[in-house]
Formats: sequence, C-alpha cells, structure tokens
Amino acid sequence: MLDWIQSLGHTGLSRLAAFGRAGQLLVQALVAKPAPVMMFPLLVKQLYFVGVLSLIIIVVSGAFIGMVLGLQGYTILVDYGSEQAVGQMVALSLVRELAPVVTALLFAGRAGSALTAEIGLMKATEQLASFEMIGVDPLRRIIAPRFWAGFISMPILTVIFSVVGVWGGAIVAVEWLGIYDGSFWANMQQAVDFREDVLNGVIKSIVFGFVVTWIAVFEGYDCVPTSEGISQATTRTVVFSSLAVLGLDFILTALMFGEL
Amino acid sequence: MRMRTMEISVGFLMLAGFLALVVLALNISGLSLAGQGGGYKVYARFENIGGLTVRSKVSMSGVQIGEVTNIRIDTDLLMAEVEMTIRDDVDYLSTDSSAQILTSGLLGEQYIGITPGAEDETLQDGDRIRDTQSALVLEELVGKFLFNKVSE
Repeated sequence: MLDWIQSLGHTGLSRLAAFGRAGQLLVQALVAKPAPVMMFPLLVKQLYFVGVLSLIIIVVSGAFIGMVLGLQGYTILVDYGSEQAVGQMVALSLVRELAPVVTALLFAGRAGSALTAEIGLMKATEQLASFEMIGVDPLRRIIAPRFWAGFISMPILTVIFSVVGVWGGAIVAVEWLGIYDGSFWANMQQAVDFREDVLNGVIKSIVFGFVVTWIAVFEGYDCVPTSEGISQATTRTVVFSSLAVLGLDFILTALMFGEL
Repeated sequence: MRMRTMEISVGFLMLAGFLALVVLALNISGLSLAGQGGGYKVYARFENIGGLTVRSKVSMSGVQIGEVTNIRIDTDLLMAEVEMTIRDDVDYLSTDSSAQILTSGLLGEQYIGITPGAEDETLQDGDRIRDTQSALVLEELVGKFLFNKVSE
C-alpha cells in the first residue's frame, strides 16, 4: 500500500519536473537569440523541412476535406431547399475549426515526430554533448531554429489549407452538383467575417503551432538516449500534441465564439 | 546551390501563405479594400424587429444598399428604433419610401427591404422613414389564425 502511494508520488513529482524542464527549455530557446547572420540559414533549412515538405499532405488533405464537406453539406441542405448555403457551411467550418485543427494534427504527425526523432537521435549519439564541448549552445544551434520554424510555418500551412479546402468544396458544389456559383460565393462572403472568423482561425493556428513544436522539441531534448527511448518519445509527441490540440481547440472556441 | 533551392522553396511557401491570406480576406470573407467608406444614416421605427441584428443588410429590389448599424428601444414610444447606414451613392430614395423587415428564404436571416416612393425630395442624413412594416413573427401569425378559427 505504502509502495503504491510512493510510486504515485514519484510519478507526480517526475511529471512536475518534466513540466518544469519544458518551461525552462522554452524560455531558454526563446531568450537565446542567436546572431541573426548565423540563425538565418539554419532557420531557412528548418522552414524547408518543416514547412515546404509538409505542403503536399496539407494541400491534398485540404482539397479532399473541402470536397467531402461540399458533398455532405449538399445532401443535408438539399432536403431543406437551401443548398445555396453550402458555401457558407464549407467556408465557416473550414476557416473556424477544421483548417487549424487538422493542419495541427497532420503537422504533429508529419513534422513533430520527425523533430523529436532527430533531436532524440542527436542526444543518443551525443551530438548535443559534443556541441557543448566545442562551446556551441545546442539550445541556440539546434532547438531555437526548429522551434521558430514550426511557429512560423503552422499559420501559413493553415491558411493554405483553408483556401484549398474552399476551392475543393466549390468544385464539388458548383461544378458537379450544379449550385449557382453566384449564390455560392455571395452567401459565403456574407457569412464569413474577416476579423471574427479568418483572424480567429489564424490565432488558433498560431497557438497550435506553438504547442505542437514545443512538445516535439521538448520530447526530443528530454528523451532517454536509447533507441527505445527515442521511439517512446516520438509516440509521446504525436499523442500529447494531438490531445493538446484538441483540448486547446475547445477552450479557444469557447473563448472566441462561445460568448463566455 | 543546395541552399539556394531551399531558400527559393521557402520563399514560395511564404508567398503562397500570403496569397492564401489575401484570397481568404477578399474572396471568402468578402472584405473590400475600399472599406465601408461613407454613408448616410436613416432611422426607422418598427413595432417588432424579429431577428434583425446589427450588420443585417438593407436592400432595395434585392440589391444591397447599406446595413443596419444600431438597434435600440425608443423609450417614449416603446418601439424599436433601427439606425441604418445607406451608401452615399444611393441618393435617390424619396422621403415617402417604406421599409419592411423581410426574410430571405424559409430559414434565412432577416433584412430590411426599402421600397422607394414617389416624392421628389430625397432622404437626407438623419431622416426618418415613416412607413414601416414589422417583421413577420410566426407565433403571432399562428395566434391570429387560431383566433379567426374560433370566432367563425
């Protein structure tokens, strides 16, 4: 019985310590401003790996999600004779919810896991330690560029996701199902507000980008430096960041649209 | 060379993101670069405004000519007073125009429809539309129908 309580206390303390280390890492990575001349090429490289290479999966899934929304919305709305509203349904659900959340989930799977594995392997092969040996701060050289790259590319990917999704919905609704395209776009423009919907979606994506990259970088930096430890850390990255994104999405939605 | 292709592709990503934001702003949320610009204010009192809200559209013959900018209760007459802003280029509404609260479609939102009158004088900033017709409230309609049935 006492053993059980002790193990509970141990788990709680180590979780708390992990949170503390994560916060410390965040502050150090953000405060550690590398010299901009040295930082820029590193940042470009990470933006390429994290942002550009995620573009394909984002565009393809955005197009298909938009098309599915158009099709489903049409089959439901046609019963009420208001199939013109499919435009606003597709645009609102994409811009407010689906684009930030699905982009963040895909990003966690595509880029977050790669970040964790890369940093974890660096730690396991003692590359991080050798950086410290030659007097280069690994937080500046390794962590900070990756962190900023995730933070910058997530809103860009989210906005691209929205636009491609709306076009996918328009192709299905206007071209295939024959909704008059004037009322499709006019209803959408009537219903979507730039500040209320578009900017709130972008704010959501900025928060998600921050959280997902933070978790990915921390899990890699904090992993047990063995092959098993890296695999566990990668799994934890995907699981924790997905849960964090979905939970935070509810809170943000309640704050932004719930009139709480 | 490798660095250069990387930088170019990152540049394209940034450009694509910026373009997508512009498309979201202009094409999807219908934000106009010209801005709301000027307009003149016209007031109208209604017995019941139903589901009318601020930013509901004001239209004439189905064409949008302005939007509702404020709604309040007139405490003297105990009626709803609606302030709407009509675009400046719509300067041909006569003083005896009438305003009705209409519904677009069966489940659609409510808007104000303006029907122009025959007077030569036009509405100016701060004028009031006198001839108004309230929103159609389904419960009242059902109530009247039942009342007629009973009295038959």
